[in-house]
Amino acid sequence: MTFGGWMVMILSVGSVSGLFLWCLWKVLMPPDKSEKLHGFSFETPDEKADS
Amino acid sequence: MAAERWSSRLGVILAVAGSAVGLGNFLRFPGQAAQYGGGAFMIAYFLSLLVIGLPICWAEWTMGRMAGRHGFNAAPGVFHFFVRHRWGKYLGVIGVVIPVVIYMYYVVIEAWCLGYAVNFAFGGIHFNSGEESGRFFSRFIGAGANGGAIGFHWDQVGYYLLFVFILNFTLIYRGLSKGIEWFCTWAMPALLLLAFVILLRVLTLGAPDAGQPEKNVLNGLGFMWNPEKVLLEKQTDGGWTKERELVGREIIESAEREVAADSKLRIRRVGVIEQLSKPQLWLAAAGQIFFSLSVGFGVILTYASYLSREDDIVLSGLSATSANEFFEVGLGGLITLPAAFAFLGVAGVAGMGTFALGFNVLPLVFDKMPFGTVFGCVFFFLLFLAAITSSLSMLQPGIAFLEEVLAIGRKQSVTILGLITGVGSVFVVYFSKDLKALDTLDFWVGTFLIFILATTQILVFSWGFGVRKGLEEAAHGASFRIPGIFIPVMKILCPAFLITIFGLWVLVNVFGVSFGGGEPEFSGYVRDLFINPDPVAWLAIGLVAGFAAFVSLLVARAPAYRREIQREVEP
Repeated sequence: MTFGGWMVMILSVGSVSGLFLWCLWKVLMPPDKSEKLHGFSFETPDEKADS
Repeated sequence: MAAERWSSRLGVILAVAGSAVGLGNFLRFPGQAAQYGGGAFMIAYFLSLLVIGLPICWAEWTMGRMAGRHGFNAAPGVFHFFVRHRWGKYLGVIGVVIPVVIYMYYVVIEAWCLGYAVNFAFGGIHFNSGEESGRFFSRFIGAGANGGAIGFHWDQVGYYLLFVFILNFTLIYRGLSKGIEWFCTWAMPALLLLAFVILLRVLTLGAPDAGQPEKNVLNGLGFMWNPEKVLLEKQTDGGWTKERELVGREIIESAEREVAADSKLRIRRVGVIEQLSKPQLWLAAAGQIFFSLSVGFGVILTYASYLSREDDIVLSGLSATSANEFFEVGLGGLITLPAAFAFLGVAGVAGMGTFALGFNVLPLVFDKMPFGTVFGCVFFFLLFLAAITSSLSMLQPGIAFLEEVLAIGRKQSVTILGLITGVGSVFVVYFSKDLKALDTLDFWVGTFLIFILATTQILVFSWGFGVRKGLEEAAHGASFRIPGIFIPVMKILCPAFLITIFGLWVLVNVFGVSFGGGEPEFSGYVRDLFINPDPVAWLAIGLVAGFAAFVSLLVARAPAYRREIQREVEP
């Protein structure tokens, strides 16, 4: 196998494997985890005291 | 009648991925990539994935989910929903015809895979040459004479066909969640595991014949992936013609000595740019993406129709596509050809079609391999699993259609579809001489009609419904949006690319135009119908036309397709 062959194989197999693993991670990740990350709201001390 | 639903997101992704992963991933893709030079082919392949694969896939998921919310699960209903014209529902007729007719012959191929796995397991396969392997295959499928395949013996297809037919309908009878989803949830991981076992065996083969060290796995990988093809050519009256392809340092050095001794020989290197300038390469790459992803089959439309609006179709579509690509490029691309090359060299594998590679070459390879009986059995069982997850998906659009137009339950719809597909499969397995029935159906339905349906779908989605509105709808419930670059891709590039590829396909495969030169000649499929009419080819076309007429009649009379519909995008 030539150097070019190695490059084509690694890039092709690597890109589809990377995409597949990323998708698996996104699908299997518990849904509430991401919601918490985005749903965090800051409250200043005075706002807390008001409430 | 309770509405059917998927029980989990992973389940629907595995079901759609299972529908896409099939024999083509392990047998067709490696042959295509090797034929056109790995590097050039992969450039065209990945471009096709971005321009036609993903856009049509996302369009299908979106159309299916949206129509499903309004009570439509089958393609005629989906088109009735999206095309605001009383004839719109008829566009969906081919969305039922395609999966049901493909099932009729695909289940036969599935039976071959199971038959080979069983024959390997019980020691029924021992070949000393390609001729012996070919003879076994020909007898097994009845290629010598019509009716030759119908027999109930271990090395005939009868038992296996009966078994896989019953298995398919048992699973489909259990329903979407308890049948298809349950099966795919364990079959897909099993498929992955088996593929890894075979991959490990292939990559550790080295050079199986010490006397022929150039036949080794590394050179096999080079045959598949090297971007530059090295050809030995001979000068004839008509110019330089290809003698053979050269792979591996030793073989090229040996050829260089031949060239030095003979002035009528030369070595020519075909680079990536030269390969990319060939229309055939683009046709092959786009065709592979197209058929491999199961877009344009009508299956995703139906599967997505059972989703709720909160389900993430953008990620699900991408996940199912990525799973298919992983099986195809990451596993299929490393298993089949390197294994065959290590035992048989270039001459044994170059230019092999899907069936020849799978059922003639590979059994011979496994037979020569240490513990080949086990690995042969595992490989063909892997193909069987890949096939059954696909064939199951082909039944659901038919079931959904019958339930929708006749307002009947699952038991009745399964019975009716069982009778229809049973007749079709018996037709295919009986008219087995030269695989004429199977080949005709595969060409006109499994290729021609799929192009038509996919083009119709993307035009209805992008131009009829509106691509921006469509992407808004897709974004609902999604963890990320479809990137904006896909707006012009879906509206202009994808339909234009698809129509160009379809035009090229018709020129090459119908009118027999050869881009490499030579007089155009009508393809065998056209000659079988109009020039030297073949009764079996005409019967096959009659079967498709009869079924299409039956579906159209049901569509015309269905109360479900008479009501007016509102299809505004909800906020």
